[in-house]
Amino acid sequence: MIRHLFPVRGGVHPAYRKDQTSERAVLPLPMPAMLYIPLQQHVGQAAEVLVSIGERVRKGQMIARCSGSVSAPQHAPTSGHIRDIAEVTAPHASGLAQTTIVLEPDGADEWAVLPEPIADPFAVDPQLIRERVAKAGVVGMGGAVFPAAVKLDLGTRYKIDTLVINGAECEPYVTCDDRTMREHPQEVIDGARIIARVLGATRIVVGVERNKPQAIEALTRAAAAYPGVEVVGVPAQYPMGYAHELILATTGRETPAGKRTAEVGVVAYNCSTARAVDQAVRLGRPLITRVVTVSGGAIREPKNVECPIGARVGDLVAFCGGFTSPPAHLVNGGPMMGQPLPNLEVPVVKGTAGILALTRSETNARPEEPCIRCGTCVSACPVGLVPVELAALIRRDDLKTAARLGVGDCIGCGSCAWVCPSQIPLVQYFNYANGMLWNQEQQERKNARVKALAEAHARRVEKAAAAKRAAQSGRKPAASPAAPRAASEETGRKAAATEEAGS
Amino acid sequence: MTMGAVGSSAPFTHSPISVQATMRTVLAALAPATLFNLYLFGWPAILLFTVTIASCVTAEAISLGLADRPVWPRLSDGSAVLTGWLLAMSLPPWAPWWTGALGAVFAIPLAKHAFGGLGQNLFNPAMVARVALLVSFPVVMTAWVVPHPLFAAGSPGLAEGWAITFGGQMPDAVTAASALGFVKTELSRGIPVAQSLPQVPDLMDMTLGLRAGSLGETSLVLILAGGLFLMARRIISWHIPAGMLGALCAMATLFHAMDPDRYASGVFHLTSGAAFLGAFFIATDYVTSPVSKSGQLAFGIGVGILTWVIRTFAGYPEGVAFAVLLMNSLTPIIDQYSRPRRFGRNRQGEPLPQKGAR
Repeated sequence: MIRHLFPVRGGVHPAYRKDQTSERAVLPLPMPAMLYIPLQQHVGQAAEVLVSIGERVRKGQMIARCSGSVSAPQHAPTSGHIRDIAEVTAPHASGLAQTTIVLEPDGADEWAVLPEPIADPFAVDPQLIRERVAKAGVVGMGGAVFPAAVKLDLGTRYKIDTLVINGAECEPYVTCDDRTMREHPQEVIDGARIIARVLGATRIVVGVERNKPQAIEALTRAAAAYPGVEVVGVPAQYPMGYAHELILATTGRETPAGKRTAEVGVVAYNCSTARAVDQAVRLGRPLITRVVTVSGGAIREPKNVECPIGARVGDLVAFCGGFTSPPAHLVNGGPMMGQPLPNLEVPVVKGTAGILALTRSETNARPEEPCIRCGTCVSACPVGLVPVELAALIRRDDLKTAARLGVGDCIGCGSCAWVCPSQIPLVQYFNYANGMLWNQEQQERKNARVKALAEAHARRVEKAAAAKRAAQSGRKPAASPAAPRAASEETGRKAAATEEAGS
Repeated sequence: MTMGAVGSSAPFTHSPISVQATMRTVLAALAPATLFNLYLFGWPAILLFTVTIASCVTAEAISLGLADRPVWPRLSDGSAVLTGWLLAMSLPPWAPWWTGALGAVFAIPLAKHAFGGLGQNLFNPAMVARVALLVSFPVVMTAWVVPHPLFAAGSPGLAEGWAITFGGQMPDAVTAASALGFVKTELSRGIPVAQSLPQVPDLMDMTLGLRAGSLGETSLVLILAGGLFLMARRIISWHIPAGMLGALCAMATLFHAMDPDRYASGVFHLTSGAAFLGAFFIATDYVTSPVSKSGQLAFGIGVGILTWVIRTFAGYPEGVAFAVLLMNSLTPIIDQYSRPRRFGRNRQGEPLPQKGAR
């Protein structure tokens, strides 16, 4: 299909290396001996535990429920016994632990009673679908891990006319979305139509990078019956999968800085999320497995694995034949934006798209060199920042100017750092600056609050003194008003100092 | 089991293009024009070229040592070789050896390392050296020769070449004016451009490089080929060369149309002097030119206009080096005013207007 696309700024063309896994059908991971299901696998509040140690649960049973308005529940990926609810290292660069339900599968793989399938999702109350998706624990599977149901509400607050399904999958190596689109195109398109209906969107645009022609073909065939659904091949240009970028490329609408895409009438969902929504609605199935790409030069047999949530990274690596050589980097996600994994013991969560074991030679890593001001980072930045200038400002700790020049707009895509011939860790500079700026803002906010409290306190003391004076003056002539004010200011300062010291 | 480098973070993959690779590509692009000109100007040019690069590399090594920086890793980035190469290309081909050696002192310790080394200098080191030499030794720096191809009759052999470069024994009979210099001198004697112009080498000779000029600037065809190669390899973009050559040609054509006796034509300005070498290899120096594409276009146009102004109104016949240095000083300001528009914001940096909630 020839279709007009809108130009997007910047971007880079890393070595994609998707062929290591793209031509292999997804294989299910044999059930591991133990599953580790963290309570926080999404943006928002961690889920609340519903089970106790020793309890037997069945496949698909909710074991932790939503807590607060932005949250998602967790379900048992198979039947078995709860062995522990403990602090386990999370799949995060910090290596910190978080509360995790430990489930020992019993091998029966016995399903719980699932909610009734919704036979005609286009006839029921949209609120019903929203509730179903919320109960199924579906979160954004492209990496944002935002609870999918929360986004379904956007249609009530904004006028949404277009749903963009994100099948760009611009990260090198990762092919789990590609395989999902090729193997389950009907489910992706059906899920998209259900989401669009809830949002009130009349048009669906499925954006897929042109380096996935089979996926485009499969989806086009699946969408042929539905006039409102367009499947669009977009240029293979990282970071095309960044939602704002894909929306601009496919609809020509540019989301204002700091705003939701809903502001321009568009909501984006990842293609695997659309499939998960479809399964929740049509089958009543919660999100208990996901496809994970296990790849990289140090993996013996790279594969796409359909893996129960909570399987450990080591289980996946073992299923893929282990390492051929000790990897230089073990990455959770793609090589451009992924997080370093602390070890092989951490579990796969709902947002884990890839597990990469990279050798030193495939990273092209070299020692850092001085900036030669070549300006390729400026051309590469999809946001229109000037990384070379920002890095220089941050290096001399002029964070204020860096903030004015937009360091807060950085999306951390790593295009600048990828392209830099001197291999300056630009993203780290920007993350550092944004972290510091955030701390400063918190501190300023706190100071302002302390000041306001101190002033309020001073006013109260003054008021009380004035009242006392007024009461006294009823009996005898007034004393000097200067003394109590000085005292109250002193108290105010002390209060502020104590608060600050305590922070 | 703990894996991976401590503190490592994304991206875990990088472009294969390094600083060294970039420098190597630029040197490769310069090679054809340089080799042709070395052939054209013979042994004295080869000796001067060698001395200049060796001096720059030596000066770089000493500067790095004095600054307590790792000598070999920095030296191997190729930037000193490139500076020396470009400086040599901008010298008169039969100039004495000390012009190259002294030029290296201007270029490397003064123009580059005094500012903080690679990437920190405000001015193009090779052009600082050329201009410093030109204003200090105007006679030596404008002693041009007509081509004396290697092994051709009348071409100096190695011994004679050695005497020219290291002995200062410049034969009187071979000097010639550059086209720009000739036209300027004639004009100052009251002879209009229209009359002097037919006496300079014809367009074919100017394009091929069979003319008097600096050591590496004469072969437009080979310089253009090198420039296009750099564009194809995405080392440079069209913005600076097109801006500079376009502005130079436009200014010259405009004024030539108004008064052909006073102003030389656009084609003459494009084909003479260092217009091509400057546009593709000197003004495009990463360190001293703006970082954004729009800034680079403005920079190129500025170099083009200033080159024409200096050639036409100033005391010197050639103006590329001066124009580049003047625009170098404007680079920080151009950078400030040519930042790209940020995603979702207007040019002033404010968020785009919202459509609003339902």
